[in-house]
Amino acid sequence: MPSEWIARHDQTVTLKGEWTLANYRYIKAALNHSETRTELGKPTGATVSLDAITRLDTAGAILIVELIGVEKAQAVADWAAELPKEQQALLVRIAEAMEAPLDVDPPSYSRISQALASVGQHMAGLWSQQRQLLAFIGLVVATLFHLALRPRHWRLTATVAHIQQSGLNAVPIVALLTFMVGAVVAFLGATVLQDFGATIYTIDLVAFSFLREFGVLLAAILLAGRTASAFTAQIGAMKSNEEIDALQAQGLDPIELLVLPRVMAMLISLPMLAFVGMLSGLAGGAMVTSLSLDISLTQFMATLQKDVSVTHFLVGLSKAPVFAFVIAVIGCLEGFKVSGSAQSVGEHTTSSVVQSIFMVILIDAVAALFFMEMGW
Amino acid sequence: MINSDKPTEQNDLPVIKVRGLVNHFGAHVVHENLDLTLERGEILGVVGGSGTGKSVLLRSIVGLKRPNDGTVEVLGTTLNELNEAQRSQIERRFGVLFQRGALFSSLNLQENIALPLIEHARLPREDAEHLARVKLALVGLPPQAALQFPESLSGGMVKRAALARALALDPDILFLDEPTAGLDPIGAAAFDQLLVTLRDALGFSVFLVTHDLDTLYAACDRVAVLSQKRVLVVDTIDKVADTDDEWVQDYFHGPRGRAAQRAHTGSSNNANVQE
Repeated sequence: MPSEWIARHDQTVTLKGEWTLANYRYIKAALNHSETRTELGKPTGATVSLDAITRLDTAGAILIVELIGVEKAQAVADWAAELPKEQQALLVRIAEAMEAPLDVDPPSYSRISQALASVGQHMAGLWSQQRQLLAFIGLVVATLFHLALRPRHWRLTATVAHIQQSGLNAVPIVALLTFMVGAVVAFLGATVLQDFGATIYTIDLVAFSFLREFGVLLAAILLAGRTASAFTAQIGAMKSNEEIDALQAQGLDPIELLVLPRVMAMLISLPMLAFVGMLSGLAGGAMVTSLSLDISLTQFMATLQKDVSVTHFLVGLSKAPVFAFVIAVIGCLEGFKVSGSAQSVGEHTTSSVVQSIFMVILIDAVAALFFMEMGW
Repeated sequence: MINSDKPTEQNDLPVIKVRGLVNHFGAHVVHENLDLTLERGEILGVVGGSGTGKSVLLRSIVGLKRPNDGTVEVLGTTLNELNEAQRSQIERRFGVLFQRGALFSSLNLQENIALPLIEHARLPREDAEHLARVKLALVGLPPQAALQFPESLSGGMVKRAALARALALDPDILFLDEPTAGLDPIGAAAFDQLLVTLRDALGFSVFLVTHDLDTLYAACDRVAVLSQKRVLVVDTIDKVADTDDEWVQDYFHGPRGRAAQRAHTGSSNNANVQE
């Protein structure tokens, strides 16, 4: 079968040309077309000549070794003395590497058992995730109480730095977002209440929703996206860089050094941000009512003072520390779960944001029920 | 070596020519007027104390750091003057082994090595993974390792796998950043031998940053000493070791240097390995 790389002459098969990676596919195709492969496999089969090979790299050498067999390739010096020493060495080296069987097939299972296994894995994962979260909350609270009486161990600098990053730097985005949502709520109220001639209650709608729910909820969801992910990525990177192990090996407590400053920073930041959110939500509502409903700012403030008691503000604000704690703890815990790979950092960052938003909304719903039953 | 236009190049040209290289980070000057040449087919060992800019030099040559001044000519072209596509053409003829392996953590070993074969050599996945498995065996990894992910490997195995990836495309120039650091002495010696065998067979040139004196004696044709922001001396190891410089004297004639020299002269007398 004559081709660019293989030629047959009676009982001699001549390999020629450039046996390199660039030609790998073509040589392989040429080999598959010819009967050379089967004939060379036989002990009494044709002899091979390598003298006409002009260039040889590892890919080409691999093909040759496959063609002639490992044993023959290792004895290349005996039958192809013409071949340059370097190329002989390469063939011997490749043959050594290919001596042991190279194919390892991953264990294969049927699709049904794979599907079942994956369902089970997810359920077990969900269960262990909740257990880990509870255990971690316990650990953090225990450490918190342990250190509460030891001011020397308070990490003030780290805490303040985290307050700046997760609290102060988040003020503009929280204020802008709640301002816009406040305006939207006022518009909605105005549209619906207009039919009843009760547009003045738009003020109550905005005030109630922002003081009790939206101020703190929007701030918490923003921080869950902004800060929980940052905590996970920070601690995750330290974990994969073995920094956490280094801390532990030096007898330092990563909970005390890494988690508590973050938790404390969140406990301080989120109530403040929730307050900012309430104020700017009200401001958004006031803007809409004064511009499109002809309710003056004075009237807005007067109605606010008359109709809305301070209880609503306190109810709203009381949820902030709970949200803050949950967000910070989930963010940190997911960081500790990161293993070496980049993919794992991504998975856990996603997981921390999803989990913390889910928990915030869940707790908010339970709290709403509770406050309603209590009549607060 | 996947470029078919290679034979048209003049073979006596140096593969890397660094002239007047200047690198600084802010006020901290790393290189000043540095000249270095890598000849075709040689293994050049680059040594120097910590912080003398060995890795920065490597990064400047492979184009990961743009030098502040001076020219870096690789395979007859200046990298910084090329556009994206031309650069990529040149860069695929490099094989780089990073200090910490830098394997892709979301791919298993076989996929790590198959990736350049699929992307650059346009092999079908099946062929690429077959070649990848042979290359893994070539650097001395067991067959089961092919399906493992980098995070589950020991440091030595990561180094070997990283070498296999650097060799994936049979590069013209191999850049190695401390390849034997973290290997046990047996593994390191096997690595040196593997490097020389592959270099002899494939004819690539090697830019080898190392602290390993045994590697310098066993594998390197020439040694360059980086000191005082430039290349202090480049020559064969025996001549470099005789240079009248405090650091060089401490380095080559300290207890470890003498041990490596003794080990080398002993083995070459017995087996006549070198020259």
